[in-house]
Amino acid sequence: MEIGVPSSWRKIRERYNLIGSYCENCKKSFFPKRNICPNCRGNGKLIEKKFSNTGKIYSYTIVYSPASGFKDKVPYIIAIVKLEDGPMVIGNIVDSNPEEIEIGKEVEVSFRKWFEEKDGGLIHYGYAFKLK
Amino acid sequence: MNRVAVIGVGITKFGEHWDRSLRDLILEAGIKAIEDANLDGKEIEAIYGGTMASGYMTKQEHIGALIADYLGLNPIPSVRVEAACASGGLALREAYLAVAGGIYDIVVAGGVEKMTDIQTEEVTVALGEASDQEIELMQGVTFPALYALMARRHMYEYGTTEEQMAAVAVKNHRNAAKNEYAQFQKEIKIEDVLNSKVVADPLKVFDCSPITDGAAAVVLANMEIAKKYTDTPVEIIASSHATDTLAIQNRESLTSIKATRIAAQNAYKQAKVEPKDIKVCEVHDCFTIAEIIAIEDLGFFEKGKGGIATLDGETEIGGKVAINTSGGLKGCGHPVGATGIKQAVEITMQLRGDAGKRQVNAEIGMTHNVGGSGATCVIHIFKR
Repeated sequence: MEIGVPSSWRKIRERYNLIGSYCENCKKSFFPKRNICPNCRGNGKLIEKKFSNTGKIYSYTIVYSPASGFKDKVPYIIAIVKLEDGPMVIGNIVDSNPEEIEIGKEVEVSFRKWFEEKDGGLIHYGYAFKLK
Repeated sequence: MNRVAVIGVGITKFGEHWDRSLRDLILEAGIKAIEDANLDGKEIEAIYGGTMASGYMTKQEHIGALIADYLGLNPIPSVRVEAACASGGLALREAYLAVAGGIYDIVVAGGVEKMTDIQTEEVTVALGEASDQEIELMQGVTFPALYALMARRHMYEYGTTEEQMAAVAVKNHRNAAKNEYAQFQKEIKIEDVLNSKVVADPLKVFDCSPITDGAAAVVLANMEIAKKYTDTPVEIIASSHATDTLAIQNRESLTSIKATRIAAQNAYKQAKVEPKDIKVCEVHDCFTIAEIIAIEDLGFFEKGKGGIATLDGETEIGGKVAINTSGGLKGCGHPVGATGIKQAVEITMQLRGDAGKRQVNAEIGMTHNVGGSGATCVIHIFKR
């Protein structure tokens, strides 16, 4: 899979720091960042927000058949995490065996390689989660 | 609004067509539908063709004009419609709207996907593009993984089991074995599903719809002239479409598809029917858990009871509501852009009494076509 430099580069700040949006009108958080609040639209007041580093596993799966670009990671764990002070975020759970993963377990944010493009191409990085 | 009817249907065999191209598939389904409607072609005023990823999978875009070209129907307008796995259903809806709105009297709605010209891992990427690329595909979240996340949560909240999910695949293979157009012609057992290779835990190979080549087409006509062409027009009494967030992390729930619930409410209201009036329904079972969630969201079964109902045989032919008599995406195959149209072909055949060994006695039928992990849902209700 090839993504290309500009589309990855312009997301670096958000992906490296888990930065999203918070609407001061409806008090809801969003990740990734949004330009308008989907609840309030014209009445929304969005500000940038860096989310907490902790959350709980809401659901998870262990992937054995990868998309191209992720073959060397198999099996890998994907979870939806409910952040303590914010929205749900999907991401990899790293440094754990599949047997250790359960709904409700606490995780913290970690910074990891997402994937490497073919033949020495671009390496993409971002947030991941690990068990606390 | 004009009343609209299906007056002709056409479908290719679903499967691995190594010897046939995208164009060959379009041609076969299109010509069959036009002949079935007793048209010679010049009556057709416009075409709506659904395909998801022809560019990625066959390096061919500009499908609208291509369809008209190969059916010998230039210079009429021909539109390509894309809504991931709901491309076919949405093409049907666009065609319906054009006739209902009085723009045209006779149109063709088709769907096609040619998936076996590229490697499986590349198909996984192509399908993954229907998810939220920036946060899902970029992290290695495959389509089976998205539905596995829903399955795990459904199991956690309602006690749904892997055996109940397997029962969906067993039923759909049983129905497929009665459908000459289906990719799979063999029945399977619960153990075959449970013992198959894990794709994204808890989903296994036999919980997943396959990679398929195929095409399907229907001819729609204004009801007032439909009888000129056929004695058995099947009326479309509701057409609805709803959207939701692309990424599943941003949805209200993982155990229910909101776009399905909203599209269903609107469709039932339009058609003035209730879930209990639907006796045959093609639902979007891209994964076994998707069928369980769908039959709950469509109101056939209480939330959390879809798995047990399936295991108890309530969704079999002859059960409370016959679900996926064609074999569904699981058994009949899932050429992505063709699926929504295939569903309409199956329901039309059922309501005309042309469904052979899988015939259900029904007056009203429904199709439920989902795009991606639930960001698009298109529902149609049909009446004979």
